[in-house]
Amino acid sequence: MSEAADDSIVVDTTTRIFKDLADPLELNKAKDESWKAPLWQALEEAGLPLAWVPDELGGSGASIGDGFDVLRVAGRSATPVPLAETLIAGWLLARAGIAAPAGIMTVAPVTLEGGLTLGTGNAVNGVAMGVPFASEAGHIVAVAGSGKRSSVALLEAKRARISKGQSLAGDAKCEVAFENASAVAVGELETAVGASPVALIGAAARAMQMAGALESALEMATAYAKERIAFERKIGQFQAVQHNLAKLAGETAAALAVAGSAADTLAAQSALDDSVFLEVASAKIRVGEAAGAGAAIAHQVHGAIGFTLEHALQRLTRRLWAWRDEFGTESEWAVLLGNKIAAEGADQLWPTIAAR
Amino acid sequence: MSTAIQFDQVRLPAAAEELRREVRAFLAEEIAAGTFAPFNGSISGGFNAEFSRRVGAKGWIGMTWPKKYGGQERSFLERYVVTEEFRVASAPVGLHFTADRQSGPILLRYAPEHIKMDILPRITRGECCFCIGMSEPNSGSDLFAAQTKATKTEGGWLVNGTKVWTSNAHNADYMIGLFRTSPPTKENRRHGLTSFLVDMKTKGITANPIRNLTGRHEFNEVVFEDAFMPDDHVLGQIDGAWKQATSELAYERSGPERFLETIYVLVELVRVLGDKPDLRGAEGIGRLVAQLHTLRRMSVSVNGMLQAGKEPVLEGSIVKDMGTLWEQSLPARVRDLAAFAKASPSNRESFEQQLAYATMIAPKLTIQGGTTEVLRGIIARGLGLR
Repeated sequence: MSEAADDSIVVDTTTRIFKDLADPLELNKAKDESWKAPLWQALEEAGLPLAWVPDELGGSGASIGDGFDVLRVAGRSATPVPLAETLIAGWLLARAGIAAPAGIMTVAPVTLEGGLTLGTGNAVNGVAMGVPFASEAGHIVAVAGSGKRSSVALLEAKRARISKGQSLAGDAKCEVAFENASAVAVGELETAVGASPVALIGAAARAMQMAGALESALEMATAYAKERIAFERKIGQFQAVQHNLAKLAGETAAALAVAGSAADTLAAQSALDDSVFLEVASAKIRVGEAAGAGAAIAHQVHGAIGFTLEHALQRLTRRLWAWRDEFGTESEWAVLLGNKIAAEGADQLWPTIAAR
Repeated sequence: MSTAIQFDQVRLPAAAEELRREVRAFLAEEIAAGTFAPFNGSISGGFNAEFSRRVGAKGWIGMTWPKKYGGQERSFLERYVVTEEFRVASAPVGLHFTADRQSGPILLRYAPEHIKMDILPRITRGECCFCIGMSEPNSGSDLFAAQTKATKTEGGWLVNGTKVWTSNAHNADYMIGLFRTSPPTKENRRHGLTSFLVDMKTKGITANPIRNLTGRHEFNEVVFEDAFMPDDHVLGQIDGAWKQATSELAYERSGPERFLETIYVLVELVRVLGDKPDLRGAEGIGRLVAQLHTLRRMSVSVNGMLQAGKEPVLEGSIVKDMGTLWEQSLPARVRDLAAFAKASPSNRESFEQQLAYATMIAPKLTIQGGTTEVLRGIIARGLGLR
């Protein structure tokens, strides 16, 4: 994560693309999804979806930090476009040394349990639930295995049986079934901790998107409180409203700090070790908590207007609620983290925290 | 973004980590020698003159200050490491901590040279205890309502009035006190207050003990009756103390002591739940550790940004607001999570003593040094709502 996230070229570019091609109120009014193709084309032309894939594997070879900056900006607009999913897929392919295809990708599984297997002849088997944007993807990156070794398989999406559903934000969320689905390419990944690589990078990415969405929710709620008049005053002049917004600022701050810390850790080292586990688990837990608390305050400040479909706020809050559930919930990560801390013992608790 | 919140990703430098090893070795020796028991909230912040002198001899008091005043000219991130390690171990830093954190920096900025040369080296040696004279019976959160009066006299000022809730006044060599030198003006109700360095041995100053709800004597009522303050004890501008809130305040708000004050109950919870906690215990520990890690990353970031010359005023206030609420809520959450733990009786007894103490001191955490309500107002101002 660069120190000046708002100054970098990649942030400017991403911000401009979303501003020009994905205005939240325009998207709310849109009768169809014709806005999607030009947006995706602009993102691809800027090299953003494959930012985490090096040149020699077909990507644009940006830094890990730049990729997280892109996710933060994408989170600010909460546009339902599979940018994060393609980035995550590219990260997995790059680490496994597999060349990335062009176009939309997604990853499976997006739960902590896993459940996919890789058999002889590079055949993938198993069912992955709740896979975002599988119905729009050209390729799926499947991660099989558990423990310290995982296999990464690149598959054409048409090799899987995809049942389309919807997330609570209305975005494509699919059941993906693989039956002896043969992979285009297969590679190996190692982690030193008890969470799979797809869970780690997915959770870190979702945490950063949620932090970005909270930034926008805070900005929107603060701006509204400065203009909305009730009882002959701007509601932002009431102490009760000010204190609610101060709490929202706190939740947003916590989300930015811990998601940024996890991103910084993944950018600074390639080993998926205990420090990555602590950082990513903490980020998904704490940002997930902030998403719930923050969305509630943003709605309370807006009153009834924020509860309408036509208002832009629901674009942020519904995705905050949906993203919390993907790549492990707060509760699931907390059990993993709590068990690890307990196994290491009380006297190791502080040294573990202080080492970060 | 108009409400931009920024946390630079600051990691502690190698020098700070080397220092951490020294500090841990020192604390381990002190614990082995029986100076204090680790992870014990009831002695955290306690007063131990010999211990403070040994800390001073290590060069760990006033360590960021210029060498000519006894400092080490080390970075604020190195000081951060010393502060957090002492706090987590519950080391008895009561004699020197206030002087190290805020009184010394105020003297550095506002005291005349001969006073700096006299007092600052004594602080760094762990020989000099400070207290803070702000609150009064009718002036708590609203500092600008202070009425204790300093009246001009030949060569100095005569002070009359009462300060209250003054921690360590009964042990302190000096106070930095806020006294009224002029009435407030119509345009500016903050006008008219002046900071003074107060020698607590001055005739006319009496510290009367007030026991807090745990039964301890930590804070006091301090009565001033024609107490004489020489002119050179004025700190900063007469009538202009309100302008003197500076970056020191951001350090004071964002330090590790703002979320670590009850940390010992989390450590003891992990001990009581054992190496294989049930699902509820594991989830509870996991969430608390994630929250602790987040607060520490925010706090380190603010300190790093201050060290780099930035002014993270909004971020610093947020750290104190969230940190103090977290450390305050910790005893209740730990109590819930430990409800069904089957610990050995000896383990359980020590745990329950710790928890009882933390439960009792929890209310003060969101009051001392600026209430939650005041901080929320400051954050709202940072958002442009005031």
